[in-house]
Amino acid sequence: MIDTLRLTAEEGLDLVERREVSAAQLHSAYLEAVAKRDAELHSYLRTVDEADGDGIPIAFKDLISTRGVETTAGSKILSGYVPVFDATVATRCRDAGLSLLGKTNMDEFAMGSSTENSAFGPTLNPWDPERVPGGSSGGSAAAVAAGLAPWALGSDTGGSVKQPASLCGIVGLRPTYGTVSRYGIVAFASSLDQIGPMTKTVRDCALLYRIVAGRDPCDTTTVQLPEPVEIPEREDLTGVRVGVPRELNEAEGIQPGVKELTERTIELCRELGAEVGETTLPRSVEYGLPCYYLVAPAEASSNLARYDGARYGLRVEGGDGVRAMYDRTRDAGFGDEPKRRIMLGTYALSAGYYEAYYGQAQKVRTVIADEHAAAFEDFDVLVSPTSPTVAFKLGEKAENPLAMYLSDVLTIPSNMAGLPGLSIPCGLSGGLPVGFQLIGPQFSENTLFHVGHALEKAIGFDVVPRRLQ
Amino acid sequence: MAITRDEVLHVARLARLELDDEEVEKFTEQLSAILEAVAKVSELDLADVEPTAHPLDVLNVWAADEPRPSLSLADALANAPEREAGFFKVPPA
Repeated sequence: MIDTLRLTAEEGLDLVERREVSAAQLHSAYLEAVAKRDAELHSYLRTVDEADGDGIPIAFKDLISTRGVETTAGSKILSGYVPVFDATVATRCRDAGLSLLGKTNMDEFAMGSSTENSAFGPTLNPWDPERVPGGSSGGSAAAVAAGLAPWALGSDTGGSVKQPASLCGIVGLRPTYGTVSRYGIVAFASSLDQIGPMTKTVRDCALLYRIVAGRDPCDTTTVQLPEPVEIPEREDLTGVRVGVPRELNEAEGIQPGVKELTERTIELCRELGAEVGETTLPRSVEYGLPCYYLVAPAEASSNLARYDGARYGLRVEGGDGVRAMYDRTRDAGFGDEPKRRIMLGTYALSAGYYEAYYGQAQKVRTVIADEHAAAFEDFDVLVSPTSPTVAFKLGEKAENPLAMYLSDVLTIPSNMAGLPGLSIPCGLSGGLPVGFQLIGPQFSENTLFHVGHALEKAIGFDVVPRRLQ
Repeated sequence: MAITRDEVLHVARLARLELDDEEVEKFTEQLSAILEAVAKVSELDLADVEPTAHPLDVLNVWAADEPRPSLSLADALANAPEREAGFFKVPPA
């Protein structure tokens, strides 16, 4: 009997390698768990019946193109779309023997922080089904937390891997921009989008990053990793300089329980041998969110122009020719959040506003990158809460876009600078998981894995949601 | 910075979205609030700062000029809502 609630990917790989279970048996065990628990949670949009690899299974966020398997990005406008090619990350997983378990739910076009923006209904948090799993990779986070996949891939533009990992009590990595191919990924904001692993442990996270990372000739923004990915083993932090940016740790809206656990984890860094000091990101946090909400929608308005009903996806015809078809298809196919962002981006890029909005936001981006670079002169990693709050209730922020945007206030600044960030669970507040964010310089994933792994061992967080035990 | 109803209609036209009256009203209100929040970037004097379009310094990435297989016509048209004689078919302009 395979306990999918507890099995890590590393343990699964070991079982398969020692031939104690077959790939097909493992695949079936997860599908049985899905049948048992996912009617409630709705973490999957669809599952794949047969194992197509000889290794362990994996779940993909539904914006990763999978040949022959419907890929919707959580949108009605892509309903019924079946890719004729695999994304590079899908190819790499296949080459590593991983079998596709299914495609996970997400906020439409990765726009959201709760998975409530999915055109196919929300995913619920395995720790408390009255609450959201975070987003936009909420389906992947919930699936891993509830033992419905040993690991999963998500995507992170403003915090869409780190924040749901935090809210579901799992590990999530947003890699350095350019280290994981975006070929075959449904695009949202191309200068920010990154695919990232979502796992039960930091070691699993490193293993999956090793599989998907590296230069891809099909994505010219990718680069070769400067050093091989190391699977972390060290459990001390001797010699590591940990910086605590004041603005990220004292931001408005951080819940007291979140603050307390973060402080305790920072203290733990010290106990494990790290040098801990305070630092500052004076403008990155205050201006990060407004900067993001100009840059990302501007890029989205361009990327989402391709959905016109002509070549794939939904088509709604009027009586008045091709223009009416475009307009009606887009009005019927997009939900409110993509519409808001397309309009915001179109406005920010339009004549007369470009310099004041988009141009200025690009300069703020330089300021943010410079501030982080300055902090990394003195520190190896920067730490903070991942999300200001634990998982919130369904519907709580659904009618107020600005309140929802604030969910990513702590993850956005480093994303604007293309930096890697790791979220690990650091404890429970009121019975709900709290995530601890580790940010490093570009290409410092090995350091993040080392620090994350040492903390994970010292914290001893039990990743299985209490109500499922 | 409030956005007017007329501006919302103009932007919707640019973005090829046919919004109904209810949407126009809702988006006018929501976009005004969002624009007010993001206009914060204009508080900073950044006249001497270079813009960042892309987080990595990657320049002039060339692909080898070698032919390789591309999608077949059947694959390219596989998801078309309507097709005819090897083309995507759309209503007349």
